[in-house]
Amino acid sequence: MAERRVKVESEVGLHARPAALFVEAASKAPGEATVAKGDGAPVSAKSILAVMGLDVRHGDEITIRVDGEDADTVLDRLAEIAGAA
Amino acid sequence: MGRSAGEELQGTGVSPGVGHGPALRLARSVPEPPAGGFEGDAGAETDRALEAMEATAQDLSARGERAGGQAQEVLSAQALMARDPALADDVRRRVGEGAAAARAVADAFAVYRDMLASAGEYMAARVADLDDVRDRIVARLMGVPVPGVPESDTPFVLVAADLAPADTATLDPAKVLAFVTREGGPTSHSAILARSLGLPAVVAGEAADRITDGTELLVDGTGGLVVADPTDEQVGRATARQAAREAAAANSGGPGATADGHRVPLLANIGGPKDLPAALENGAEGVGLYRTEFLFLDRGDAPGHEEQVEAYRTVLDAFPAGSKVVVRTLDAGADKPLAFLPPPGEEPNPALGVRGLRMMRRHPEMLSSQLSALAEAAGGAQAVLNVMAPMVTDAEDAAWFAERAREAGIEHAGVMVEVPAAALGARHLARSADFFSIGTNDLTQYACAADREAGGLGRFQDPWQPGVLELIATTARAAAAADRPCGVCGEAAADPLLACVLVGAGVTTLSMGASALPLVRAALGRATLEECKAAASAALDAPGADEAKRAAREALPGVAELGL
Repeated sequence: MAERRVKVESEVGLHARPAALFVEAASKAPGEATVAKGDGAPVSAKSILAVMGLDVRHGDEITIRVDGEDADTVLDRLAEIAGAA
Repeated sequence: MGRSAGEELQGTGVSPGVGHGPALRLARSVPEPPAGGFEGDAGAETDRALEAMEATAQDLSARGERAGGQAQEVLSAQALMARDPALADDVRRRVGEGAAAARAVADAFAVYRDMLASAGEYMAARVADLDDVRDRIVARLMGVPVPGVPESDTPFVLVAADLAPADTATLDPAKVLAFVTREGGPTSHSAILARSLGLPAVVAGEAADRITDGTELLVDGTGGLVVADPTDEQVGRATARQAAREAAAANSGGPGATADGHRVPLLANIGGPKDLPAALENGAEGVGLYRTEFLFLDRGDAPGHEEQVEAYRTVLDAFPAGSKVVVRTLDAGADKPLAFLPPPGEEPNPALGVRGLRMMRRHPEMLSSQLSALAEAAGGAQAVLNVMAPMVTDAEDAAWFAERAREAGIEHAGVMVEVPAAALGARHLARSADFFSIGTNDLTQYACAADREAGGLGRFQDPWQPGVLELIATTARAAAAADRPCGVCGEAAADPLLACVLVGAGVTTLSMGASALPLVRAALGRATLEECKAAASAALDAPGADEAKRAAREALPGVAELGL
């Protein structure tokens, strides 16, 4: 399992295009992938509805966890999307 | 409608032309799936639900690919919703507990809908996207029409309450003969789309709701008339009127002028070099509004100097010596957000926020680089470059822009008049602005406090509104007093009758979507300058938009003859 904490830099938070990119990238993980707002309860990072439901805004910190093979590669990509301005 | 043959309905024409064919309604509501279970095997019922979800996702992705641009982003996100694994798990569970597929889908969506609806303002729009996905899946499972523009092998008249950008993103123009909507006005989305596609459109009010699928409709978008089950004679009359207009338009070559030879250059609104062929084909004498956003949208950084110079020079080179090409500097913000120019903070009302010149004043380096690319493109070109700033509000704005333009070596720097305060203060703006160009779409939106995209406000989305006409006349008077040209580059210039009124009010050039040029040229050629002045004065005296139109028709008999 790999885990990372990232500050969301996108102006629209984890909504709209960044949310879609995030979910598409997470769906590539063969195992489980979750995201949580701050220290809140994690939700599936492969579910656009769950990710939108977190209502992550610009400047919020999120915790991303990825299981399985290639977890670090997927995690890198997710952190990059979330951290992109 | 649909009961008595030949019943005529007078609405507001928002896009000219005549169309005739069977009505098809834009399906909006999907019936509530019945509570209760299903017959047969739970595994099969689950598969049915999941297949409908996947098929909907594929349909949405395909529509997105066809639409491109911003519509594609929305549609791709909707496809992700349709194949959301958490949602699928919930549907599986509900079917396992005995719910029929359609019911299970509707209930599973309801959980997320509540969650998103409580998550604040931004999410409200996403809730509408989510509802649309649910309706599509449920419709598929219940075997009822999927909401949206109907699919048909034969051409039809599209009837709807209103058309949203999402509805029309994938519209096949070859299959649609005309639009009839309940809501909307000349500057609403559906009207602008109809004009750009060359489709007749009428806003018919509540009567539009009574039109049933399959009813034969005759739509005269120029006269604003809709006839249900028309007689042959009615079709013949409307077709003849349209033929007369088309003949007048086809015979209207040469530079724009009134019947007595008062010159009014007729220019084209373009969104990039791709629009040049249509502009030239329709006899544009130059460009009255070159929207430069296409260079900046859908990218992560600003375009480079060379890329900009090339895009500007292509347009300048398309017109002969002495022609006017008016370029609007980047109009970012509000409905045109740019990735690299975010608004300074959350804007509760972006149309009243940091947009147009206001955005450029925060990023002067962006404006300067555009102006220097423009100045370079103008060097050696035969056409005369004019550059104007959008969303100028007061004299200080106008002076600031003129100073930047001078620094960059631009010879003719003007301002767009879209803000009512700029129209009322035009005499002050004239001190530093070399010319005015009235953007009637935004001017109407701001003067009547009616959002261009909002439904149900059609009456106020109309440049014939007395308040709007007064602002235009005030601007034109101030321009004349200061010896400055004053063009109009909004949808108002594309209305042949209103175009004559504008000329009568002192407007010196008219710029419009290329397809509107021939008929405006024809209308102008059928009126003398005196008649135009009389029409303007009668329209300005009218208490309402309808009265103003009637008064203008009376003063312009040659134009009225065309049924305009």
